Amino acid sequence: MSTDTLVDLDEVLTRYEPVIGLETHVELGTESKMFCGCSTTFGAEPNTQTCPVCLGLPGSLPAANAAAIESTIRIGLALGCRIATWSRFARKNYFYPDIPKGFQTSQYDEPLCTAGHLDVEVDGETYRVEIERVHLEEDTGKNLHVGGSTGRIHGADHSLVDYNRAGIPLVEIVTCPIPGTGAKAPEVARAYVTELREILLALGVSEVRMEQGNLRCDVNTSLAPVGSLDWGTRTETKNVNSLRSVERAVRFEMRRQAAVLDAGERVVQETRHFHEDTGSTSAGRSKEEATDYRYFPEPDLVPIAPDEEGVEKLRAGLPELPAARRGRLSQEWGISATEMAWLVNAGAVELVSDTVAAGASPTDARKWWLGELARRANDAGTDLGELAVTPAQVAELIGLVSAGTINDQLARQALDGVLAGEGDPAAVVESRGLAVMGESDELVAAVEAAIEGNPDVAEKVRGGKVQAIGALVGAVMKTTRGKADAATVKRMLEERLIDS
Amino acid sequence: MSTPSPKGHLTRDEVAHLAHLSRLAVSEEELDLFAGQLAAVLDAVAEVGKADVADVAPTTHAVPMTNVMRPDVARPSLPRDVVLAGAPFAEDDRFRVPRILGEEA
Repeated sequence: MSTDTLVDLDEVLTRYEPVIGLETHVELGTESKMFCGCSTTFGAEPNTQTCPVCLGLPGSLPAANAAAIESTIRIGLALGCRIATWSRFARKNYFYPDIPKGFQTSQYDEPLCTAGHLDVEVDGETYRVEIERVHLEEDTGKNLHVGGSTGRIHGADHSLVDYNRAGIPLVEIVTCPIPGTGAKAPEVARAYVTELREILLALGVSEVRMEQGNLRCDVNTSLAPVGSLDWGTRTETKNVNSLRSVERAVRFEMRRQAAVLDAGERVVQETRHFHEDTGSTSAGRSKEEATDYRYFPEPDLVPIAPDEEGVEKLRAGLPELPAARRGRLSQEWGISATEMAWLVNAGAVELVSDTVAAGASPTDARKWWLGELARRANDAGTDLGELAVTPAQVAELIGLVSAGTINDQLARQALDGVLAGEGDPAAVVESRGLAVMGESDELVAAVEAAIEGNPDVAEKVRGGKVQAIGALVGAVMKTTRGKADAATVKRMLEERLIDS
Repeated sequence: MSTPSPKGHLTRDEVAHLAHLSRLAVSEEELDLFAGQLAAVLDAVAEVGKADVADVAPTTHAVPMTNVMRPDVARPSLPRDVVLAGAPFAEDDRFRVPRILGEEA
């Protein structure tokens, strides 16, 4: 896909310093759109959730969604922002088929929230990310590109547009440039989005499902020679839609830009597209300048002037924020800050917490999410939270192991079934016949067959070489294809060889 | 964007740039015509700047109101056939538009 020359990341860092920046768009989980009463339900039939306001038909008038404004202020408060006492919407004018009105209703120089920060931790080191602004705007429609390569008649490329998403409230959270992250730049970018996502979840303002596009990132990256006082020219990689991709996009741009600079060329300031399959970026349309958008105050909407009392009420109603929550959970679970950081980096804090809430012990819950489940997610190339298994199912699996119904090995097979959509763990254990064998006739037969089949070993055990019993246990486990409980098998063998 | 011209002047380049942003096809002759006409419009608007407003508070909005909001309640949308009836072209229940050049698939 990409023919770009790349420099090894270690080598990049010997010559260049990265500066990153992130613009994150979050679709709020409101019932209705930002400026009209159309539903926001995901996955509805195309163009069934539109009206004169969100289609921009002449004579229609917008009215701001009170819940969306409240959610935006709450996000600002959680990020330590200053909440504006006077804020306005503005028209951002540009022509593109996914905006039916010919402009996007957004905010320009009078956003709702400014000057906040978010502390993120990577490998025990804390990085403060300064937040420039948090503003409210509306989402665009969705383009479906068809024609040409898909073999349509006439071969003319065209697009089909669904406006269900157009007008859904969208909050944009913009960081200031983040210098000084060095080799950790890709991880810091990921940690920032991870932490932001946790905050949004805690606030309950969005479902933040990245696979449904509730949270989308634009990742800015630039490189400057080590020791330089200036930052380099940045590129903006658009629509990076998973935590893993955020990290990969930064890493790729660092490696690509280093090669450009090494060749004595200049990095072009441009929009780039991220490709999930290759982890690479490619040049997109050249960016229009801010002045080209001809922003002006939206005449159809009156200013928003949040009063201090209302803002303080929202502040008092904020939930426990993730950083504080992690501190408390570390104590409850008896784990160190480093161990907690592993959970955070794996995106597993809420998953473990929910698994514990569903009845598992903190130790077991951590072991499963950081062990077997992390391995599965890694193999599948997805984030942990996107695995097709719920915390309740993991807790059930752990419960089955604790009860001795299955052992760890069988539990992994049961997990295969759950991930394949075969149902809850107990149902999979039942349908796949995975339960550990009790002291059944079948197991007795297997134990006796092992003794008869290995007379030499049996004799050794009888003669007092007790450790030789392992070979017999192994034989039984083999016949029963791992379904027997090794401790039970050992006891049964001892009863027959030592106590007799 | 091209360098802004002095007050009362509008260059052909600026008109061409604005025409591009507005996706309007403007011929070479029209560029000269509109540059002149739009400059006259700007001059007329500039007259307002001569008014003495030292004692006048800035008007930030046409109506002196703030915080007009609606509750977050979903209401029925338009029927899809009505929505698509206004589309020049529709396909698969969607608006059909020409592909934008330079855009990724």
